[in-house]
Amino acid sequence: MTQLSDIMKKIQKHQRIGKDEALVLLTCSDLLTLGALAHEKRFFHHPDKDVTYVKDRNINYTNICMSGCRFCAFYKHPGQDGGYVISRKDLYDKIAETIDLGGTQILLQGGMHPDLDLDFYRSMLAFIKDNFAIHVHGFSPPEIDFIAKKSSLSVAQTIAYLQQAGLDSIPGGGAEILCDDIRSKVSPDKCATDAWLEVMRQAHLAGMRSSATMMFGHVETDAHVVEHLDRIRQLQDETGGFTAFIPWTFQPANTRIPAEKKTGVEYLKVLALSRIFLDNIDNIQASWVTQGDKIAQTALFFGANDMGSTMIEENVVASAGVDFMLPVEELQRLITTAGFTPRQRDCYYNLL
Amino acid sequence: MNITFTDQRLEHIYVKAGQGSRLSREDGICIYETSDLMGLGQIAHHVRSQRHGKNAYYIYNQHINYTNICKNRCRFCAYARNENDADAYAWSMADIEQRLMDRIDEPVDELHIVGGLNETLGFDYYIDLLKTVKRIRPTAAIKAFTCVEIDYLSRLSGLGIEQTILQLKEAGLDMMPGGGAEVLNTRIHDALFPRKIDHNQWTQIVKAVHAAGIKTNATMLYGHIETIAERVDHLMALREIQDETAGFSAFIPLAFHSQNTKLSHLPPTTAMDDLKAVAGARLMLDNFDHIKAYWVMIGEPLAQVALSFGADDLDGTIIEERITHTAGARSAKGLTRGQMENMICKAGFNPVQRDSFYNPRTTQPNP
Repeated sequence: MTQLSDIMKKIQKHQRIGKDEALVLLTCSDLLTLGALAHEKRFFHHPDKDVTYVKDRNINYTNICMSGCRFCAFYKHPGQDGGYVISRKDLYDKIAETIDLGGTQILLQGGMHPDLDLDFYRSMLAFIKDNFAIHVHGFSPPEIDFIAKKSSLSVAQTIAYLQQAGLDSIPGGGAEILCDDIRSKVSPDKCATDAWLEVMRQAHLAGMRSSATMMFGHVETDAHVVEHLDRIRQLQDETGGFTAFIPWTFQPANTRIPAEKKTGVEYLKVLALSRIFLDNIDNIQASWVTQGDKIAQTALFFGANDMGSTMIEENVVASAGVDFMLPVEELQRLITTAGFTPRQRDCYYNLL
Repeated sequence: MNITFTDQRLEHIYVKAGQGSRLSREDGICIYETSDLMGLGQIAHHVRSQRHGKNAYYIYNQHINYTNICKNRCRFCAYARNENDADAYAWSMADIEQRLMDRIDEPVDELHIVGGLNETLGFDYYIDLLKTVKRIRPTAAIKAFTCVEIDYLSRLSGLGIEQTILQLKEAGLDMMPGGGAEVLNTRIHDALFPRKIDHNQWTQIVKAVHAAGIKTNATMLYGHIETIAERVDHLMALREIQDETAGFSAFIPLAFHSQNTKLSHLPPTTAMDDLKAVAGARLMLDNFDHIKAYWVMIGEPLAQVALSFGADDLDGTIIEERITHTAGARSAKGLTRGQMENMICKAGFNPVQRDSFYNPRTTQPNP
């Protein structure tokens, strides 16, 4: 396995690895070899023992969605029973409660609702900003792409309007796997790879920061995972706008993709590879929502330096039958007992 | 293999482990104190790989908990009931037979049988139990009764320990599980399980069992009130017994689950505790072949990860786990052989379905 040892040397010298090398690592390296390399990288980027988290709440303004992605257990078709658009009162109460609980931001996301137009989003943002001093991390690229098309505006113009109305930063959702042959299978009506990246490019150019995610474990191969990482790394070289990368695994329950759930080891290997490959992204986030507390804590030794959000409320993953709950004290305990220092952060990874 | 340690104390342990030198009490304490989980895991994986290569074992088994009525009422237990409790039970031979027949088409290789100390059952019940199981499942091994039950049965039979063991063996007992040791320590015994046999009695009985030619497992219940030093002393006590008898088959760290127990204020164990329990056991117990990651207690995902932190065995497919689930376990109650093999393969290991004595089973098609 000379090739693997050459790649390891390269990583330890902090040289960038290529796609082929990443694929060799993912397929040929054992768990702890990959983990140890990622753990070293983590300390290279973050020599301190801080592990950060953010206090926020997921607010899903609507579950009505035309996209109909096959991996989603959350959405309702327009006209289907159980569909909702959040009321101003509910929105107000949820944010007020978030602030009472020490939350600093909301993650505002929803379906691609055919009857909502740019005014709806702008007035929702204005309502939030008029009433609260809270950071709004909202609208993943597929939503922004959808709003732009519906309003016959360019992506840049749409982002400018949303930013003016109070949008602070953009979550990296809806990326799934950034390869069109996969997207056409699992989310054919959602924006394609280039469109997703274009939203992020324009947001970064407008001075907004965003995160990036990857949902794996459905119909993709290891090569697609590497391709996804490469697309993210390329855009980051161009804009530097990504704050963090968050890989997480597809949760098959209640969805229309009959996949075997990815195991803990497979998750940790992809997480570790993300830390190694994405040499230009500072923060790698563990996903306790999809992995549970034990694998999330273990992830701190496989490249992760952030535990994500305390999630006062989470609905989307919960509708796929996953209901891990983690109060902030427990999140802190997991970090502390692993030998790290828990630090609350804001959306830009500034310590609070 | 080059390992970069963030805790330099592990260098010394790595050197010793590499030479096959026995680790000291101080080494054990360092293992449990360190935050260098990755370094520790790599040492444990190295030792595990020398012994077992890429093999990871599991067994197709069935649990039978014949009664939940127990006079001991240990403070860490959520399973025990008093005779008059609404959900108290003791299975008749017909019940036992039914449970076995329900699964008779499955290739069960081992029956894991443990229960409470139920004063309404006579010694004959236990003999009948073993004979019934042997009659219905003649080719499966019976792994039954902890040392706690053996002590109790010896008093019930009035025959003394040795004779009791022989009678049980004659009736079909093939092997014994490792439960009931908890932590071999007087302070913890008095605080948590005062009515159960203590360190000395447990040691005496397990030695007698080994002398009778019956292999047992060994366990440690961790994550309650025990200190790091008490964990290490427990492992060293087991290591000493093993030097003398060589009768232990596997060691199984048992993560304490507090829900519905008198210790429900205690938080659950973390991955750090669980992986260190596995890695620590692999390194301290140099005379044990097998270290199990018990998925019922630490969850399937972490048990899978533990195969890279010193464990070589994932226990069994288990049909209908009851005891840990009563204390709030969120793991599955059973796994299929396909799920078990998938977990092992996806972790990069070679699945070996085994019998109770770690002989590989010839492959059978999945049921």
